[in-house]
Amino acid sequence: MKTDLLKQLLADRAAQRTVVVATNLATGAQRLIHPGDGDPLADEAMLAIRSDKPRTVETSGGDVFLNVFNPPLRMIIVGAVHIAQALAPMAAMTGYDVTIVDPRQAWATPERFPDIRILDAWPDEALAELKPDHRTAIVTLTHDPKLDDPALQAALSSDAFYIGSLGSRGTHAKRIQRLESAGFDASRHGRINGPVGLNIGAKSPAEIAVSIMAQVTAALRGVAA
Amino acid sequence: MTTETRDILQSAADWQAAGRKVAIATVVSTWGSAPRPAGSQLAIAENGDFVGSVSGGCVEGAVVAEALEIMRSGTPKQLDFGVSNDEAWEVGLACGGKISVFVERLD
Repeated sequence: MKTDLLKQLLADRAAQRTVVVATNLATGAQRLIHPGDGDPLADEAMLAIRSDKPRTVETSGGDVFLNVFNPPLRMIIVGAVHIAQALAPMAAMTGYDVTIVDPRQAWATPERFPDIRILDAWPDEALAELKPDHRTAIVTLTHDPKLDDPALQAALSSDAFYIGSLGSRGTHAKRIQRLESAGFDASRHGRINGPVGLNIGAKSPAEIAVSIMAQVTAALRGVAA
Repeated sequence: MTTETRDILQSAADWQAAGRKVAIATVVSTWGSAPRPAGSQLAIAENGDFVGSVSGGCVEGAVVAEALEIMRSGTPKQLDFGVSNDEAWEVGLACGGKISVFVERLD
């Protein structure tokens, strides 16, 4: 590996950019592949990126190993509510870098969320700052349209791999109507998982957090659940 | 990618910046129940210091020895290891596996 390539790789990681290191196993020749840079192995690289798994591809010049360096998994939880108190530590344990967003200062306190990053900003401002990417899950838990709707609109305009929104079927149907009025048709709002979580009969906040975490995991791993 | 992987490549860069020769080993393929998945890395410095892992401790010694040679020659090499059942037992694995490790010098 050349020093310049290692420096660029470290810089990409520091900036949370996805990058693939392509190594010709016969010659040791190496290059970096970034999404959208038109590399001849771009399609294979994207498969590796999406599955977050390295792969080896046969080329006329020998086998090329594609090692994926994806940015860390993140979860953005909108609403510093009771379910968030269970979901945030669960997501952290599962390997996510968690941020709670809630402008209501009585809710978003360090006492309620020890060791979790809290942004007491409006969700649209918070998401503009956090820039969710293809390694980010966004979950809204407030059921308050003033908070959930701007968060969902920003989420739908991002590459987030998972969007979930708490609320009963009735609440969710009204939410979908509001999103449609705001110009988000079914091809876009269809990405929202609502009512949020897998149907495991969850009742308590912690059980609901388990059902959400399971659904997020299924989305990450590309499994129908 | 894990936090651990970040530290490994950063260590490689830091060692090199400090004027030490460095090699990087990467698991490029696995068969059966291999202890570490493809993409796992080990950085090695010329005095034998290393961070990271390419197995559960079974083959690191052999990889470090080869890495010291590759630091001198500059020629990258692919190493194949079968994890025997005895070795697998030592690291607490239920059954053996095989791994292929690519070792290169940081130039």
